[in-house]
Amino acid sequence: MKKMSKKNKTNLITYGMVLVFYLIMQGLMMSGHMSSLMKGLMVPLCYYMILAVSLNIVVGASGELSLGHAGFMCIGAFTGAIFAVTGGKNLPPMLEIVIAIILGALVAAVFGFLIGIPVLRLKGDYLAIVTLAFGEIIKNVVSAVFVGLDSAGFHFSLKDSMSLNLLEGGEVIINGPQGITGLPRNATFTIGIILVFIALFISLNLLNSRHGRAIMAIRDNRIAAESIGLSVSKYKMMAFVISAALAGAAGVLYSHNLSTIQATSKNFGYNQSIMILVFVVLGGIGNIRGSLIAAVVLTILPEKLRFLSDYRMLIYAIVLIAIMLLNSAPKAVQWRSQMLDRLHAKKKVKEISKNE
Amino acid sequence: MASFFSYLINGISLGSIYAIIALGYTMVYGIAKMLNFAHGDIIMVGGFTVFIACSQMGLPPMVGVLLSVVVCTLLGVTIERIAYKPLRGASPLSVLITAIGVSYFLQNAALIIFGADTKSFRSVINIPPVSFMNGQVNISGETMVTIAACIVIMITLTLFINKTKAGQAMLAVSEDKGAATLMGINVNKTIAVTFAIGSALAAIAGVLLCSAYPVLSSTTGAMPGIKAFVAAVFGGIGSIPGAMIGGILLGVIENFAKAYISSQLSDAIVFGVLILVLLIKPTGIMGKVIQEKV
Repeated sequence: MKKMSKKNKTNLITYGMVLVFYLIMQGLMMSGHMSSLMKGLMVPLCYYMILAVSLNIVVGASGELSLGHAGFMCIGAFTGAIFAVTGGKNLPPMLEIVIAIILGALVAAVFGFLIGIPVLRLKGDYLAIVTLAFGEIIKNVVSAVFVGLDSAGFHFSLKDSMSLNLLEGGEVIINGPQGITGLPRNATFTIGIILVFIALFISLNLLNSRHGRAIMAIRDNRIAAESIGLSVSKYKMMAFVISAALAGAAGVLYSHNLSTIQATSKNFGYNQSIMILVFVVLGGIGNIRGSLIAAVVLTILPEKLRFLSDYRMLIYAIVLIAIMLLNSAPKAVQWRSQMLDRLHAKKKVKEISKNE
Repeated sequence: MASFFSYLINGISLGSIYAIIALGYTMVYGIAKMLNFAHGDIIMVGGFTVFIACSQMGLPPMVGVLLSVVVCTLLGVTIERIAYKPLRGASPLSVLITAIGVSYFLQNAALIIFGADTKSFRSVINIPPVSFMNGQVNISGETMVTIAACIVIMITLTLFINKTKAGQAMLAVSEDKGAATLMGINVNKTIAVTFAIGSALAAIAGVLLCSAYPVLSSTTGAMPGIKAFVAAVFGGIGSIPGAMIGGILLGVIENFAKAYISSQLSDAIVFGVLILVLLIKPTGIMGKVIQEKV
């Protein structure tokens, strides 16, 4: 048998972790050891994991800071929701959500491409602020638009639902700030986990492929990569579009977990984008498995801190600052490596004394 | 025509507030190379300090404003000392996340201390409005004070940076930290001074903002903070005149978009203009173009 490469091994561990997590959670749910609050968190856990993994492709592999990831989630969520109340209304739930996810991912990918054309020309903090701007624009436009459907097709308006001029039997789909109502809530934990696996498969395979290495080479040294003939704009765009598509799929999962969705600054604003970025940075930039763990821990933590009531988010903020300080302050890093060295030294001393 | 002028003047007034906040953003970015996401929340702290001093304890407005400047300056320096200084030399992203943590902390601390309900803020400025064009255009006292404050701050800051030793030290640190250290400049002290000035400006902006738009809650500073950040990028981040121009342009565009296009889409239009500007000039209006060397 061919020996397994180190990369394949770590990837398998990642898949295994998700599987074990799924089995434990499913077991807790089946045996009734889970509070209803925690049950309600299972699907959000899945879409946060997908969002974290997908943002890690842009931030980790491509090295660009994106602050507008929630915008792509918003596009996916609304695409999926529109499908759920129109074409997918009478389909069986399983089929409906699969088609919705594919549609959401595709539309988000198209937007990712269109937004990527201007965004990827910029660098550093300027790129970050423009992604933030696009995210806010998407949220703002979606919450201002009215869409209706009748026998003549789709109608759009920016004023109110009356000015859609719908024919008889026509329906208002997006009711401006009120959003979309009457969604089927077809998302389940199992579908969510399957989607996590697909997202993991896509991103891990991408990163370990020729294309992934090209993306990382451009991150490490753009000029050197360009001089050996890698097309910078092509590979940056590839990372950006794949990341957008996965975020769109996560958005579909989001909208299928609720009965109404609205585009507010709480769910699709820059705060949400930053939240996802926190998962990526805390989990370790470029480390897919770390993103998964951080997404799970940071989604459950505020719920577990609920007994602190008002102080919950305050404690969360303090924990966040403390972790960042302990994890990345140069002095803390130095102290940690000294401690490790000392441990190793002790072990060596023991081994030597044993041998003698 | 008259309504055009009043929109323009209100836009300049709002823009002046953005400009004062953006100055703090830009100075901190220029020196510490970090995006201080907590800057917007210092505005909120400034607003609350004046609210408590003037509306609840009945102190005279000038004392309230001074108190708020002192509180915010101390807060800014403390935050820098505890949260940002240990991370000097770490990756910019971890500093960014820490700043976000500080922002969450300030917002939630304010939520616990002051409660979730929005407070109505009594303006600290009592200057009668002035009318032009037979009373068609009214300029409120708040507007005049805001614009005047913005001009005074701009001139003082330019003089401070160009004429004093501390200002020159700031320029040197923003240019090259290592070389500045070799020249005998205390980099840590200079960065602390920058945070102090930025936070003091945020306090003033907070008072002006709450006087012009008299509501106050724990998230008051968040959106103006982001808008001011956009303004700083608009003008070229790191550049002081850029922050000024960016802030005022942003305020005017936002007000015109609200008045003539759609009030719901005004934020989208502001961000759209930012994207257009950056596509034409990728480092902002007054930003420096740095040549890439191999």
